Amino acid sequence: MATYYHRAVQDIKDNGFLSAVTIITIALSILIVSAFALFFTNANNVMNHWKKSARIMAYLKPGISQKNFPDIKRKIQEIYGVQDVNFISKEEAFKKLKEQMKRQSSILMNLNENPLPDAFEICMIASSQRDEKIEEIATRIESLPSIEDVEYGRKWLERFTNIFDLFRLAGYAMGGIFFMAAVFIVANTIRLVIYTRREEIKIMRLVGASEKFIRGPFYIESIIQGTLGGIIGIAVLFITFKLISSNVEHSFKYELLNIKFLSPEFYCGIILCSMFVGWLGCYIALKQFLKA
Amino acid sequence: MIDGKDKSSIIQMFHVHKYYGSKKALVDISLNVSKNDFLFISGPSGAGKSTLLRLLYLGEPVSEGQVLVDGMNLSRISRKKIPFLRRKFGIIFQDYKLISTKTVFDNVALVLEASGKKRKFIEKKVRSVLRTVGIERRINALPPSLSGGEQQRVAVARAVVGVPRIILADEPTGSLDSDSADIILNLLKGFHTHGGTVIVATHDKELIRKAGGRILYLKQGRLLGPAPI
Repeated sequence: MATYYHRAVQDIKDNGFLSAVTIITIALSILIVSAFALFFTNANNVMNHWKKSARIMAYLKPGISQKNFPDIKRKIQEIYGVQDVNFISKEEAFKKLKEQMKRQSSILMNLNENPLPDAFEICMIASSQRDEKIEEIATRIESLPSIEDVEYGRKWLERFTNIFDLFRLAGYAMGGIFFMAAVFIVANTIRLVIYTRREEIKIMRLVGASEKFIRGPFYIESIIQGTLGGIIGIAVLFITFKLISSNVEHSFKYELLNIKFLSPEFYCGIILCSMFVGWLGCYIALKQFLKA
Repeated sequence: MIDGKDKSSIIQMFHVHKYYGSKKALVDISLNVSKNDFLFISGPSGAGKSTLLRLLYLGEPVSEGQVLVDGMNLSRISRKKIPFLRRKFGIIFQDYKLISTKTVFDNVALVLEASGKKRKFIEKKVRSVLRTVGIERRINALPPSLSGGEQQRVAVARAVVGVPRIILADEPTGSLDSDSADIILNLLKGFHTHGGTVIVATHDKELIRKAGGRILYLKQGRLLGPAPI
């Protein structure tokens, strides 16, 4: 094994340019695929966070007396799936709106009366965070006579999910294309190396070298190239991520943009995939161009 | 009878034919080589000497007939066994067949690496063999920088380093001056003295005269018996 390894390292040195091209190609493929993975992982986390924090706002009809509020709250709380109900008076809501629209306060100043309705903010239990369950609860709340309207932001979340799924599909397709491209490049590199060393391989066979002895270093060589390509790809992504995320964190403090790098399990998996790319490229090349 | 049980024989050929298309390279060759034989296969250029040697290490297959090498029937040998067959031979090629990008050491060490020997053993053994053939000082040189005689000595070193059972030498002195040819001949004789079997294909009558082994004469692909020296 040590002999194979030394010969593989020597081959990489002897064919420096070809090896560099292979490593860079694998690194670029890994970089692009990992960048997609990073985006999807974070987007998925954000969406899960949004889904978990989904709330229903139930707006009361104007003119409902304050003494009816406890009764309405009780009726909402009795609905299965509701965890917590908070009353938000129209005054409180108006105050919050003013705080949020500090720069446009002149618009609100000109209003003669508070246009906002009294409302209940409803949180659901964990098992009711699914879209269809939220819709069911919202319909039941809406059917209460004192309720004028309910809002739970389902439509935009659904639209976002659809777009996200489309992106995910494009990501898979691109991942597949880059995987094939990397395999093809590795196979081609090994093929060129075999071609330049065909006389040497012939001599090795004549002096009694087994196929394992001839092929072993090629496999090790391509696995080394795959590993290096994978590590470089992940390293470049990590550096880029650090640069971008530090800028984003300075600009935004929202929880929504609390982006994270890929987990160690995930990037170890990517490096393993990269090693597999090297191995597969070599396997194809040897099968086609190194017939015993 | 082909049973490979003749203990004194190391190579047996039975009615071997070799064709290249319609051209007959070897015709009905039957041959017995005993252990520790020193055999010359002589004949003019194109007589089929090199072809005959190639059939022995499965450089190419026979068209008809059977070949037995050290008990292995070459017609029935599996692909995986071919390296084991070739390790029984130390082959000295007419054109040396040294790897031009590898040093003298690496070229000779290749045989031992291929048979899975340990690095330390390889280091020691290769140096010792290179010393024997008188080329140790060029251990780190690349073959293209060596003279013909030096390259041939490296080829001999590579042939003997794995302690094979048989040495096949194809025109081993073909392009060498008489001093270099004598060195090569002495190396082959040394191998023979230590119990090895040597088969030399050559048309060099001087070499045959000096060596004094068994001689077979090949003409137009047919074995004609002892050579007219």
